Amino acid sequence: MKQVTATGQTVEEAVESALAQLQTTKDRTDVDIIDEGKKGIFGIFGSRPAVVKVTVIIDPIEEAKKFLTQVSEQMGAPAEIEIKREGKQVTFVMSGEKIALLIGKRGQTLNSLQYLTQLVINRYATHYLNVILDAEDYRNRRSETLIQLAHRLAGKAVKSGKDVALEPMPSYERKVIHTALAENKRVKTFSDGAEPHRFIVITPVRRSV
Amino acid sequence: MKQLIETIVKPIVDFPEDVQVDVMEDDHRVIYQLSVNKTDMGKVIGKQGRVAKAIRTVVYAAGSSQQKKIFLEIGE
Repeated sequence: MKQVTATGQTVEEAVESALAQLQTTKDRTDVDIIDEGKKGIFGIFGSRPAVVKVTVIIDPIEEAKKFLTQVSEQMGAPAEIEIKREGKQVTFVMSGEKIALLIGKRGQTLNSLQYLTQLVINRYATHYLNVILDAEDYRNRRSETLIQLAHRLAGKAVKSGKDVALEPMPSYERKVIHTALAENKRVKTFSDGAEPHRFIVITPVRRSV
Repeated sequence: MKQLIETIVKPIVDFPEDVQVDVMEDDHRVIYQLSVNKTDMGKVIGKQGRVAKAIRTVVYAAGSSQQKKIFLEIGE
């Protein structure tokens, strides 16, 4: 964290000197007054300079945005980034020409970038923030695909009377499937295996007459 | 590519100045050897290698347009 201690004849002067050293503005810093200073008699005897400690506040969201901008650029797919924040959930939406490269097969690159961004943001954040990274509405399209897949495989499970195991998925994708089949009375869903290879199993409900 | 690895790793470690990437290249492949401060090893590997896996996925995606196969090795 960037921080500087400065002195001056008055508190204001000390703060200004610190801001000049940090090359920033007052609204982006946290000012701690260590000593208010004393004028002294006739400004000569017993005078004491004011001492302040100024700390630059790092905005975690700005840092995360900077991280994503740099990474996407160096991957050869520069992206514009739009930020939405709702409580502790921060959504970054990327758009650009070569977005497909940033999404990857089944979103694996997007998921990895999301995880790394989450690490970066929480290094600076005081409260835990949850990062969602999206590009070209990928998350929505993916959940529609997952819902379709869920219904199709539920049908298969009922027809065959056997459990159907899906491939490993991250937690929020599993949640989409659990939710999609929650109202289906003919099947039950549960997750098996350990992260990061946890997968869903759809099991038909045996009719007990 | 070297720069990309540094951009990804530096913000997640405590000692960004100790992040170093060495390149070894032969006919078929390029190996990037990432070394970080000893105390930062856990941060770049993560629980069950989750961070390492994420870094590799991003790096391999960036290198997919190249002819040679890319490898990323992590060490102290």
